[in-house]
Amino acid sequence: MVEQTNKIISSNDVHLFYGRNEALKGITMDFNESEITALIGPSGCGKSTFLRTLNRMNDLIPNVTITGTVKLHQQNIYAPDTDTVALRKEIGMVFQQPNPFPFSIYENVVYGLRLAGIRDRRQLDEAVETSLQQAAIWDEVKDKLHESALSLSGGQQQRVCIARVLAVKPDVILLDEPTSALDPISSGQIENMLLELKDQYTIILVTHNMQQASRISDKTAFFLQGHLIEYADTKTIFLNPQQKETEDYITGRFG
Amino acid sequence: MHDQIKESLLKKSRATRSERRGKLISLFCTAIIILVVVSIFYFVASKGLATFFSNKVNVWDFLSKTVWNPGSTDSHGNPQAGAFPMIIGSFAVTLLSAIIATPFAIATAIFMTEISPTKGYKILQPVTELLVGIPSVVYGFIGLSVVVPFVRHTFGGTGFGILAGTFVLFVMILPTVTSMSVDALRAVPRYYREASLALGATRWQTIYKVVLRSATPGLATAVIFGMSRAFGEALAVQMVIGNAALLPHNLVSPASTLTSVLTMGMGNTVMGSVSNNALWSLALLLLLMSLIFNLIINRIAKKGEL
Ligand SMILES: Nc1ncnc2c1ncn2[C@@H]1O[C@H](COP(=O)(O)OP(=O)(O)OP(=O)(O)O)[C@@H](O)[C@H]1O
Ligand SMILES: [Mg+2]
Repeated sequence: MVEQTNKIISSNDVHLFYGRNEALKGITMDFNESEITALIGPSGCGKSTFLRTLNRMNDLIPNVTITGTVKLHQQNIYAPDTDTVALRKEIGMVFQQPNPFPFSIYENVVYGLRLAGIRDRRQLDEAVETSLQQAAIWDEVKDKLHESALSLSGGQQQRVCIARVLAVKPDVILLDEPTSALDPISSGQIENMLLELKDQYTIILVTHNMQQASRISDKTAFFLQGHLIEYADTKTIFLNPQQKETEDYITGRFG
Repeated sequence: MHDQIKESLLKKSRATRSERRGKLISLFCTAIIILVVVSIFYFVASKGLATFFSNKVNVWDFLSKTVWNPGSTDSHGNPQAGAFPMIIGSFAVTLLSAIIATPFAIATAIFMTEISPTKGYKILQPVTELLVGIPSVVYGFIGLSVVVPFVRHTFGGTGFGILAGTFVLFVMILPTVTSMSVDALRAVPRYYREASLALGATRWQTIYKVVLRSATPGLATAVIFGMSRAFGEALAVQMVIGNAALLPHNLVSPASTLTSVLTMGMGNTVMGSVSNNALWSLALLLLLMSLIFNLIINRIAKKGEL
């Protein structure tokens, strides 16, 4: 391949302990700009934990110890002077359960902008429309922007949550099983949307759905019991895995 | 074999029978409670309304006149039952104490749930529970021996009055409002906080933009519950408010509340007399107010469900 890719995040020998239980046992991997990377692996292998080290959400859990480095744009985000608030504006996160705030759709989307102190009505309106359009939900909600986001269906709520992240214009979007609580049609809509977004964002996605990983991701990483077993182009992982564990997992022989 | 199954299905099992018995017992108890509540309402209402129907006191005069001396009559020959000073007193101590208690209670609740949810909570939780359980006469006694002299020295006057009542009620409702606020904040799902932080909010931004906002119905309920407690509190208030059924000129002149006039007058009137009926009218007013507080709380709870 001649295509030049830029790595935007690189983690180096990341270990994470919940108390004394080691959940990540030395993860070293790079993420390329404008690619979708899928993290797969059996339940409890540390996918979510690793995802959350990338925007330092694990800091919120007591008794967590993290060693190693994670670099975003060459800067170690675990350096002592890191501003986690600024970091999380650059690395957005979408959770497994749709979790819109109990506010209106509009207020949900502009939440991050209001945090940044933006008051200008026109700017906010514009951001709402763009973000909801990017999240492929504008047409469904444009007439009820001021109704509660909780009145939407699960799939719609999840797309509003994605719009909420997009409005902040992060560089990277982390998604932790964003479609596991949704029906196939909503999941498909979100997958298509992620493909659309890929040019402008770096996307890292945890999923249990093999089809989903193979359909939309450029690279796939297979985790097992806190280790990164294999990390390669999605095609390679699914058609020609190098490790026996990967093959067993993908063909459904365990997990 | 077949018959056995049929028989066992048709025969009422022991579980079914004991369930029916349980249902009957709880139905019976509920009926008794309802009966008691209805009779209390009926009793208070019939007595309280007698002031207006038998003793010919004008309802509007009752609510707005300022002379409280139901035993004697005015120039028109109507009993002097003007409850306005007490109404003012009750509302003043209730509102003022709630206004002071609310920021303290919410700040403490934020500390217990957001800032120090393990250590702070573990220490403060039993403290608030303890404070809730202290009998009101103790609060009144402390008010009498500490708050009243303090007010006298700082603001002048006798020390008895609305200000002293406010302070005592503030301390009394603070633990209740705090512990209900804690419940309201803890009911805010963790994932709201996570979503906010993940969007680059600071802890404070998360607290006031998401946590407090989602907990508003619960916090409002806590405050109104505190107000209803303050409104209905009799003993402690009576000990520090001065008990003069006069329109208070300021916060440190002796005043009275609906409850304090009731507790003071209860033993000194003859059943069926005008003075006695007038007291029942005050009781009716209290009952209606607590009904209103409850309605508001219900309303908020319904709204909070969305
Ligand atoms: N908050 C926590 N406190 C303690 N241990 C935790 C915590 N979160 C996760 N763990 C442990 O860390 C390990 C990895 O968990 P993690 O949630 O990262 O797995 P996962 O790969 O995301 O699994 P799933 O596919 O089920 O979401 C598990 O053994 C889990 O028990
Ligand atoms: Mg997970």
